[in-house]
Amino acid sequence: MKMKTVALSLLLASGLSVSQLALADDYKLDIKGMHSFVQFRIQHLGYSWLYGRFNDFDGQFSYDEKAPEKASVNVSIKTTSVDSNHAERDKHLRGEDFLDVDKFPEATFKSTAYKPGSDGKASLEGELTLHGVTKPITLDVEEVGAGKDPWGGFRRGFIGTTTFALADFGIDYNLGPASKEVELTLSVEGIKQ
Amino acid sequence: MHSNQWLNTKDRFGRVSISLHWLMAVVLIGLYLLGLYMVDLGYYDPWYHDSLSIHKAVGILAAILLVIRYLWVRFQPRPMHLNPENSVNTLMAKAAHALLYLFMFVLMISGYLISTAKGQGIDVFGLFEFPALLADSAERGELAGDVHDWVATGFIVLVGLHTAASLLHHFVFKDNTLLRMLRVLKS
Ligand code: HEM
Ligand code: HEM
Repeated sequence: MKMKTVALSLLLASGLSVSQLALADDYKLDIKGMHSFVQFRIQHLGYSWLYGRFNDFDGQFSYDEKAPEKASVNVSIKTTSVDSNHAERDKHLRGEDFLDVDKFPEATFKSTAYKPGSDGKASLEGELTLHGVTKPITLDVEEVGAGKDPWGGFRRGFIGTTTFALADFGIDYNLGPASKEVELTLSVEGIKQ
Repeated sequence: MHSNQWLNTKDRFGRVSISLHWLMAVVLIGLYLLGLYMVDLGYYDPWYHDSLSIHKAVGILAAILLVIRYLWVRFQPRPMHLNPENSVNTLMAKAAHALLYLFMFVLMISGYLISTAKGQGIDVFGLFEFPALLADSAERGELAGDVHDWVATGFIVLVGLHTAASLLHHFVFKDNTLLRMLRVLKS
């Protein structure tokens, strides 16, 4: 009798937590249709902005409208796919002076906390691993929108931006005083699984 | 008797072969040294951009010379190797020359593929642009870069051996091998 109650309450408890988890929807980044972007920009000499992006990455996030603070996201990026629209510069960026893609083929971002603010803004804390160095960073996030798509799916998108010093990740090639920091933008659209 | 000084004969090099040999020797050794030097320049070095532009432009001109030289060698008589009775030396010389040509072609092609991996052509001193012919591929560009690095090293080692061999001929074997590459000898 006693055993049964314990078993029942365990079952209930686990059932509960399962249903709670199930409330948070899982989304995969739309990589096939490429509605997700990993962009960066950095000052050139202090006179202009240079834009680049990573073409090959993947990731997913989970999000529950009723409990957005539980949202989490994972992104992994193939560093060889860096693209600044210039063959020789890209080669230099892949090399030892910058990304050193032979040694560090992957960069990852794993969120640790999501703090919703007002009017669709939020801050997303997480660990960025780049060039073999893992450091906490915070992205300023905007919830762009969510809803049914015309092809029978459900989509949700965010854009998050952060700025960090390249030297914090052990990339210390001298690009000049105006170009010590890079701005990273994750613009993602997830399809509900 | 008075054979044309510009053309090769069975026993000596003519002016065209000799000029191409030495012009290209200077240019290619220069390209190698410039290559090593330029990849270590910092972004704020005034030579950062120009050194690569020069390396590429001279590289394209050298590639054009290489094609002309190769055709010239194919359609001209090849002076006989001296001391053909020493077949090991002759064989080594033949192998070295063939390998030198191969490495030169590989260097030109790989260099070209590094620079054109994103569809940008190569500007040759503002005179003309050598276009990118293949579809974009960052991977091919990266591979070409590795090949270019390794073959440049192999090439310069081979040039060293080739030079040593020519000095050996001149000072030890005391034959005309080096002299007939320096000037047109009387038949
Ligand atoms: C015989 C001819 C050539 C020689 C000996 C040569 C030699 C070199 C060397 C030694 C390097 C430095 C490699 C390193 O240490 O990373 C280099 C780099 C380079 N070469 Fe050449 N090269 C030749 C022809 C060419 C041609 C024809 C082109 C293009 C049209 C070219 C384009 C390049 C480029 C773009 C780099 C820079 C690679 C990088 O960003 O790391 N080269 N070359
Ligand atoms: C980048 C440097 C060099 C390259 C690529 C090169 C390449 C060649 C090639 C391909 C040949 C065969 C003849 C031909 O097809 O033109 C040749 C012949 C010759 N080279 Fe060079 N060479 C270089 C530098 C030198 C140097 C520095 C020396 C001497 C100091 C030298 C001495 C000779 C001699 C004596 C011959 C004639 C060999 C014979 O009679 O069979 N070369 N070289």
